[in-house]
Amino acid sequence: MANLIIFICLAIFIVIMSLMAVTSKKILRAATYLLFVLIGTAGLYLLLNFHFLAAVQISVYAGGIVVLFIFAIFLTSNKGDMIDNHNKKRILYGIVAAVAGIAITGFALLKHRFLNYSDNPTIAGDQEMNMKMIGEALMGTEKYQYLLPFEILSVLLLACIIGGILIARKR
Amino acid sequence: MFDFGVVTNWIDLFLRSNMSENMALFVEFVLVGFAILAVYAVLALLLIYIERKVCAFFQCRIGPNRVGPWGLIQSVADMVKILLKELIKIDRADPVLFRIASFLVIIASICTFGAIPFDPALHAVDFNIGIFYLLAVSSLGVVGILLAGWSSNNKYTMIGAMRSGAQLISYELSCGLSLMTIVILSGTMQLSEIVNQQSEMWFLFKGHIPALIAFVIYLIASHAETNRGPFDLPEAESELTAGYHTEYSGIQFGFFYLAEYLNMFIVAAIAATVFLGGWMPLHIPGWEGFNGIMDKIPPFIWFFGKTFFCVFLALWIRWSFPRLRIDQLLHLEWKILMPLALINILLMALCVI
Repeated sequence: MANLIIFICLAIFIVIMSLMAVTSKKILRAATYLLFVLIGTAGLYLLLNFHFLAAVQISVYAGGIVVLFIFAIFLTSNKGDMIDNHNKKRILYGIVAAVAGIAITGFALLKHRFLNYSDNPTIAGDQEMNMKMIGEALMGTEKYQYLLPFEILSVLLLACIIGGILIARKR
Repeated sequence: MFDFGVVTNWIDLFLRSNMSENMALFVEFVLVGFAILAVYAVLALLLIYIERKVCAFFQCRIGPNRVGPWGLIQSVADMVKILLKELIKIDRADPVLFRIASFLVIIASICTFGAIPFDPALHAVDFNIGIFYLLAVSSLGVVGILLAGWSSNNKYTMIGAMRSGAQLISYELSCGLSLMTIVILSGTMQLSEIVNQQSEMWFLFKGHIPALIAFVIYLIASHAETNRGPFDLPEAESELTAGYHTEYSGIQFGFFYLAEYLNMFIVAAIAATVFLGGWMPLHIPGWEGFNGIMDKIPPFIWFFGKTFFCVFLALWIRWSFPRLRIDQLLHLEWKILMPLALINILLMALCVI
């Protein structure tokens, strides 16, 4: 019951903030509302007792991505810049993309067989995901352990960093 | 040895015997929230007083001495003054972001404050991922500072915010890395578990040289994260009036001010918890009599003693060193502290193996 109330509050918060993020005329405000959407999502993970994912969500998205967005906005846009009204073509594309998105997520939602609400082991209470398990899953080499993808991703990130420095230092 | 478990258990029993379990839980949540906010505010007053006194002694002055005995009520009077001040509307500023910014800064600070173990029984948020949670939530403050600088419609705030963003993002790295060193040593991120593991010896001594290096790196990096001391470029008063919060007035300025002082306390508390054993008394293996005497001192006194020792270190540094330039600041982080912290993690891994 309490879970349901918290979920409804979070859901309303996320929906309102997402709507405000896409309808806001000022780009920095939109970024701020996006930040609140991301924090609300972290709240959903907390509700599911998956604290690690919630902390990752906050530190990566709120602390990383949104700060990056804000820096990009600072460096590229002028104060008082408003978003122009969209032309008809863009509105059409937007509608098509939105409908396609709803169709795909709706299909996934309806197709997927969810656990019964009461069968979910994390609903019962204090069973939070153990950090040790996550660490071993990330760093192990056995089945269902992810050392290789982890390392490949870090190499990819390293390549991105080097590429960024090269582009920035081009004389 | 007295701990607050007596008090909290009594409240818990009292509530559970008078209402249903869910209701009791709800009331407890609200009470914990109020307690955290109250302690937050009181500590801020205390810290402002300490800061002014210590600063005065470093400069051979007396400091506040008019309001109350030794000026003790000075910061209470200041608080009343700031509560009564007018909130000035900024011309052509973005009012929504202007408001949100000050709240974001203080919310990030309160969220970290909640996770500090003051006492075995006074520990509101004790996640499995303790340290990671602290790092994650404290990173929210950067957004608040950036928004504050941008939305004030002022050159100084903008420059202050950009400096602050660069500084916070870079120093977060070595802060996190030095905490990770201790996580490697202890094998857990949960703060209560980290404190319990220090019952034989604090990690500062247990972890050999790497722990000592990590402690020094953490002190420097966390000091920079609080935007104070030789690292107070974002609000360098001689160049930028007051940096990113120049345009704020009344209680909104008060939020930034509170958050700044409490962040100093929070990083000192984390340093005390992770390196100096938190509320755990000083125990030396083999000295049973000595350990017995140390156990007589209540845990929250240990905690506050260690924390205020770290706070004093921060004040000492702040009032002793001149301000760094922005290039010196970034040089210190990226070319000295961070490589050192990375090598230190390797050293610690070798020690643990």
